[in-house]
Amino acid sequence: MTKPTAIYFFGTCLIDLLYPRVGLSAMRLIEREGVRVIFPQGQTCCGQPAYNAGFRREARRVARAQLDVFPEDLPVVVPSASCAGMLKVQYPALFSGTPDSRRALALAGRVVELTDFLGRVLDLRPRDLGPPLKVAVHNSCSARRELGVAPAALELLGRLANLEAVEPDHAYECCGFGGTFAVKQPEISAAMAADKAESIAATGASVLVGQDCGCLMNLGGTLDRRGHRIAVKHIAELLWERIGGDAKP
Amino acid sequence: MTTGLRASIGVALGRERARKNIRRAMDGLVVKRLKAFPDVSELECLRDLGQAIRGHAVARLPELLETLERNCIGNGMQVHWAETGEEADRIVLDILRRSGARALLKGKSMVSEEMALNERLAAEGIEPVETDLGELIIQLAQEPPSHIIAPAVHKDRHEVAALFRERLPEAPGGERIEDLTAAARAYMRGRFRGITAGLSGVNFAVAETGTLCLVENEGNGRLSTTAPEVHIAVMGIEKVIARLDHLPPLLTLLTRSATGQPVTTYVNLISGPRRPGEKDGPREVHLVLLDNGRSRIRQDPELAATLHCIRCGACMNHCPVYTRLGGHAYGTVYPGPIGSILEPQLQGLDVRGEMAEASSLCGACAEVCPVRIPIPSLLNRLRYESVAGEPRSRVEGKGSRRKRGEARLWALWAWIYGRPGRYRAFARLATALRALQPARLGPWTRTRTAPRLAPKDLHRLARELGIPRS
Repeated sequence: MTKPTAIYFFGTCLIDLLYPRVGLSAMRLIEREGVRVIFPQGQTCCGQPAYNAGFRREARRVARAQLDVFPEDLPVVVPSASCAGMLKVQYPALFSGTPDSRRALALAGRVVELTDFLGRVLDLRPRDLGPPLKVAVHNSCSARRELGVAPAALELLGRLANLEAVEPDHAYECCGFGGTFAVKQPEISAAMAADKAESIAATGASVLVGQDCGCLMNLGGTLDRRGHRIAVKHIAELLWERIGGDAKP
Repeated sequence: MTTGLRASIGVALGRERARKNIRRAMDGLVVKRLKAFPDVSELECLRDLGQAIRGHAVARLPELLETLERNCIGNGMQVHWAETGEEADRIVLDILRRSGARALLKGKSMVSEEMALNERLAAEGIEPVETDLGELIIQLAQEPPSHIIAPAVHKDRHEVAALFRERLPEAPGGERIEDLTAAARAYMRGRFRGITAGLSGVNFAVAETGTLCLVENEGNGRLSTTAPEVHIAVMGIEKVIARLDHLPPLLTLLTRSATGQPVTTYVNLISGPRRPGEKDGPREVHLVLLDNGRSRIRQDPELAATLHCIRCGACMNHCPVYTRLGGHAYGTVYPGPIGSILEPQLQGLDVRGEMAEASSLCGACAEVCPVRIPIPSLLNRLRYESVAGEPRSRVEGKGSRRKRGEARLWALWAWIYGRPGRYRAFARLATALRALQPARLGPWTRTRTAPRLAPKDLHRLARELGIPRS
């Protein structure tokens, strides 16, 4: 993919209601590189929560609404590997054999995860204006396995001169979020999150960064409850801060 | 009826010693597997090959099974077919009665667990003698296996030493691994003498040659299949492969994925009973082919991939849920990721459907599966079958886990998120009422602080900041 003149931004439902600063930071990072950012007001949610709970009809109903809102042949940038994976990998299966299958395939082909877009497509070379900082990196399972973009996030962070990015032990292991899994099987989910939180704390980093707000919500809440004073930031937020941007809405 | 998996997960999480033992062992197996496949592209080629071989075998299963039967009979074996575990038990019991055996040497076999064979034997007054070290340990402890290839992995050597002191008082003591294996060996050697029937599992059965392949590290498998007069092999029907040259890649994948070994200490290729002029080997070899729901699983083009499994256990070793629980928490013969797709299909979603929910769908299992079974996709499919299901699917207990409250919640969610205008009104309302957000959010906030709704949603911020909408 070559550098486009404009992109669509898919904000994700979690960022929309809980972490809009992440969305703004991401959009500003992209605009700053001279790319026009379009935020269609018709977007809602990729449909993954219902899809993973087994409610495919309901998932399709919500997913179908997303097929209409990105009409031009532009990349659709998603600040979450999990939602990007849903759009890119699962939509073709979800709509297979339905009248919408072609449109779903066309959309899937245009979806790019944010760090992959920043690092690979825009070849972002951020000038790090921040003080020396050690961050722990949590790559989501979708980034690592479904989309294979975990190296992109690490490489992008590696381009920040004053930043030391470390991965905790068992970095390849899930944080225990898993959407409805955290609600349906809360005990095992909490045990996974607790182990991950302790691994992160053991790195001595003062900030946790990742590309997925689902994991960060799970880990931030767990770190907080366990008394670890570790700030939790999406990579977009961290990058925007480090280059001296001001994301206060 | 549910199995209350969530409840047994809670119990398993509280068993700290077993948790530590399992985690340590699994971490070790993860590293060993990684070292066994230093060349990633070679590994990926092998996995393609493994997937193709197993896919081919399952696709042509009826034909291959007939060929296998014909060639096994030609090799002098006796072939038996069992629809259910009980039928397989009856076949084994009949063979033992005819041969007059009062005890049965058992090599490691998960299918015999599926048959609940030990209980059936004991009820008929026939003593099952487990000869695999791990199986011996759990038999002495009166526990089921907690891992399909390492059945006693939840116990550390101190626990095994204590168990041996109690149950094998005549064996020499000591808590070193060497002492324990020596004690087990001394005990086992005594048992091998005088027992006239042996039973084993089958890793692969080669249709074109009528050969049964059995891999193991302790030699107990070879003894159980050669020393007694009668050898009974039990296998699930899906373990057949078409050709002998399909075997080497599968063995490479199996042992490296399972324990990181390039090859097991023993690779047994069994091709029939003792022939005239031969000095050893069993007088009779029986092959019991068990279906137990496998034919039904095979009918579904997507779920049939469940049957591609070669039982290496790598999915368990890498599963963040299994490594924290061990196999006992699942309450099934097959635990972990493969168990979570297999057992709900074997026993029905109404009985074991909860297993498909006990996964974060992290994908670690699929990443290491040597035959590329898309376990997360199949878990997702089984969740769908649990609450609704494909119109023509035949999964047992389809729709049985649909709860009215949950279904209503998703319908409401879809009603809101399926219409952009409705969603924007909802977002406005939710953010406006953020002060009323409860501090407790069910099970989520038992171990986490709650996330807070933002004062303004991103849609609204984008509008206010004049970010283009088209």
